Amino acid sequence: MTATEVRARSTGRDPGPVRGVLLVVEHAWVWYRRNWRATAVSSILQPLLFLLAFGVGFGSLVEGGEGVAAATGGPSYLVWLAPALLAVSAAQTGVFESTYPVLSGFKWQRHYHGMTAGPVSPAQVALGHLAWVALKIAGCGAVYVGVIAVFGGVASAGIVVSLAAAVLTGVAVAAPVTAYSATLESEGAAFSVLFRFVVIPMTLFSGTFFPIDRLPGWVQPLAWVSPLWHGTEIARAAALDRWQPWAALGHAAYLLALLVLGAVLAARLYTRRLQP
Amino acid sequence: MQVVGDGLVQARGLRKRFGAFEAVRGIDVDVARGEVFGFLGPNGAGKSSTMRMIACVSPRSGGELQVLGMDPATDGPRIRARIGVVPQLDNLDQELTVRQNLEVYGRYFGLSRAHVRAKATELLEFVQLADRADDEVEPLSGGMKRRLTIARALVNDPELLLLDEPTTGLDPQARHLLWERLYRLKREGVTQIITTHYMDEAEQLCDRLVVMDGGLIVAEGSPAELIERYSTREVLELRFPTGAAPPAEALAPHADRVEALPDRLLLYTADGEHAQAAVASAGHRPLSALVRRSTLEDVFLRLTGRSLVE
Repeated sequence: MTATEVRARSTGRDPGPVRGVLLVVEHAWVWYRRNWRATAVSSILQPLLFLLAFGVGFGSLVEGGEGVAAATGGPSYLVWLAPALLAVSAAQTGVFESTYPVLSGFKWQRHYHGMTAGPVSPAQVALGHLAWVALKIAGCGAVYVGVIAVFGGVASAGIVVSLAAAVLTGVAVAAPVTAYSATLESEGAAFSVLFRFVVIPMTLFSGTFFPIDRLPGWVQPLAWVSPLWHGTEIARAAALDRWQPWAALGHAAYLLALLVLGAVLAARLYTRRLQP
Repeated sequence: MQVVGDGLVQARGLRKRFGAFEAVRGIDVDVARGEVFGFLGPNGAGKSSTMRMIACVSPRSGGELQVLGMDPATDGPRIRARIGVVPQLDNLDQELTVRQNLEVYGRYFGLSRAHVRAKATELLEFVQLADRADDEVEPLSGGMKRRLTIARALVNDPELLLLDEPTTGLDPQARHLLWERLYRLKREGVTQIITTHYMDEAEQLCDRLVVMDGGLIVAEGSPAELIERYSTREVLELRFPTGAAPPAEALAPHADRVEALPDRLLLYTADGEHAQAAVASAGHRPLSALVRRSTLEDVFLRLTGRSLVE
């Protein structure tokens, strides 16, 4: 009944809490190196179109008007807009990367099930996903900063801090969306509802293209709950060197809270789904 | 729970509940090092739920369980690091190459890049996919994907390999190739646990198996032992024209036991030829008569009153 030889100890071992998360990032990187073209449209081309349409096109229309100078507080519309565009692009990437790719891991390709058959836990997969989204936003954002600079939209080195704020914004949005995607059994209308009724209003009413004080008073609270508004406030303060430390801390705290809450929820929901 | 002997897997009164439904209702299992152990049963018998508990991806609802001498509830990651899993549904990364699937997956087991590179080359030879190494997974045939899934499960040189319905959906040629590879692994000393609802697969591969039905183990032994204990040496299968089959009782005198299936009658007897002659001389005129050896299918029918594959 027993075989002639008995196999020795397996070569596998638990990589540990941090390394397990990094290996999920490494997996995503291997995938990205092979498949980056598939997401290049949403992560590179779309931000470029926003820059051309609003920064360059729309900007030339309004440039020189008194209203614009009053709204921007001095700098050109493009310089004023650039850090906010970084944040918008980060938030959009954060949402997109946490919808279809997450559901695919559970349901279509099911590779999440394969990953967690080994020593890595569902929570590590969830955190690794968010870490990868942060890295991707940082990488695409750095390219975007270069492009914006070519068009003359970068006024100071503070844009580097803007980029950091954008990454925080993107991953803070990604975390709860990841958790939400982990609850879905099928796509249905869930993602299109999310894009139409959350992402688009958030993009339009977070002080990206005009300051929110230009909106009717009853609309402004909408901006206050929007993570993108908080991120945009930090990004813009950094780029234009208009620091208000307490305000910036408050915005950062809001985003961090959203990130932690979303990440904890995502870790739990991944566990519930992968290890029922 | 005491660790007894060299058991790789030990379960006592193991249970799994999903809400009000109890999928596994208290089973005892012992799997020794080096053996190939099978869970045989129809869909919904509790085989996969049991496998998932052993694979440490599903917490048990009751009872005791030890895998590699550790408790899945507290040592899940350490156990999972040393086992290999071939799931019922393939979960390969379709957008990576065949080789990348092995390398990326191997890295999760704490293995170095150099190690997984060498291991991937070795495993691709083993499952005969070396010539497809740099192709994407998505266009591969079902049999090739299955072989890649098995190669991936071997990337950490597991001490225990869990295979959940490994050949379901494969054509006969692909099945035989896969069985041959699993047999080679057995010779190399890899302990295997297999779930299947194919009796021929269980007979081909398993040293020992348990028959599950309704979340319980209803019999245990080697395929030969089970057949000897629960069936006769031979079976006479009789087909009659629709509506013209005699009642089972009419044929009872000619066999140890008679089972009436929708399309045929099974007469269990030590000597099928003899029974066939007796049936004929009693005046019964079946459309066809076939004498064959008993299989695990017959064991299952005896134990549960139902066929395995419906």
